Amino acid sequence: MSHTTPPPQPSMEQFLAGARACIPVAISVAAYGMVWGMLARSAGLSLIEVMMMSGLVFAGSAQFVALDLWTATPATLPIGPLVLAALIVNLRYLLLTATLRPLYPPGKLGRGALSMYLVTDENWVMTVAAMARGGGSVAFLMGGGVLAWISWMSTNLIGYGLGSTIDDPARWGLDFAFTATFLALLLGMWKGRGDILPWLVAALAAILTAQHVDGSWHILVGGIAGSLAGAILDTRKEATARVHVS
Amino acid sequence: MFTSPEAVIAIFGMAMVTIAVKAGGLLLADRLPREGFAAAWLRHIPGAVLAALVAPALVKGSLAEVIAALATGTVYILTRNLFAAMASGVLTVYLMRLLLGA
Repeated sequence: MSHTTPPPQPSMEQFLAGARACIPVAISVAAYGMVWGMLARSAGLSLIEVMMMSGLVFAGSAQFVALDLWTATPATLPIGPLVLAALIVNLRYLLLTATLRPLYPPGKLGRGALSMYLVTDENWVMTVAAMARGGGSVAFLMGGGVLAWISWMSTNLIGYGLGSTIDDPARWGLDFAFTATFLALLLGMWKGRGDILPWLVAALAAILTAQHVDGSWHILVGGIAGSLAGAILDTRKEATARVHVS
Repeated sequence: MFTSPEAVIAIFGMAMVTIAVKAGGLLLADRLPREGFAAAWLRHIPGAVLAALVAPALVKGSLAEVIAALATGTVYILTRNLFAAMASGVLTVYLMRLLLGA
């Protein structure tokens, strides 16, 4: 498969389209942002530490794990475990950003590497969905990333300010927004029967991993297992097609 | 109390490994061949990652989540509208939790 460059479109338009596409998921980002801000306060982070962590680390699941490890007294702060936990929880991003390769012309990846800072689960999924329809661009990715960044940072601060007065997002069903969006996007990616096996392998590997290991390992394990299954299936098909031709 | 050197080091360390992993995926992918097995593998990652994200949430979920997932899928297939699908999923899970008391 050769990757043709997407049709040229003004990048401002693409940026806004990316932001618009991320509105549904930004709602669940905002709900969890409130909770994180509230928990950060009870974990003993100062306001400036909240702003630094959300602004620079900008990774929800890693930040939730960090709150478990955080201590209010600097002398006992487990710096090594905090950094290691961020690395482990974020390992899945290796898979996510790898799939964004077609957006960047070869040779311009230096700039592309820096823009990966704004990649989250949310704008990644919207961008790969747009790519599957022949669209998607760096500006589209950045539009969603900026929206996610603003919703995360602002709701963290609101949650921090409100303290413990806010509700659990689960009470309003908002915890399901993430699953529902990703389920709908998965259905939108359906291309044919060739997807059945890789998706089943991914789902089963993820379910088994989630039952035995805490954290986000199931995403990494399921993602690798399913995509490898798909690749093996594809190259086998190509090989048999070639035998038939020759 | 504003912050401490320890907290600044920890936060910067977390930020560095996070951006390294995010940039690393793209840079590693750039070194992979653009056709054959590696290209097929990259092409299958999005679907596999989404399936891996969604499946455990549904298996671990209660009846409310399963019904809400069916509602989400049905609305998406009928309307192809992501926001409508998401909203009906959230609404269904909210109502089902009230009804089922879960």
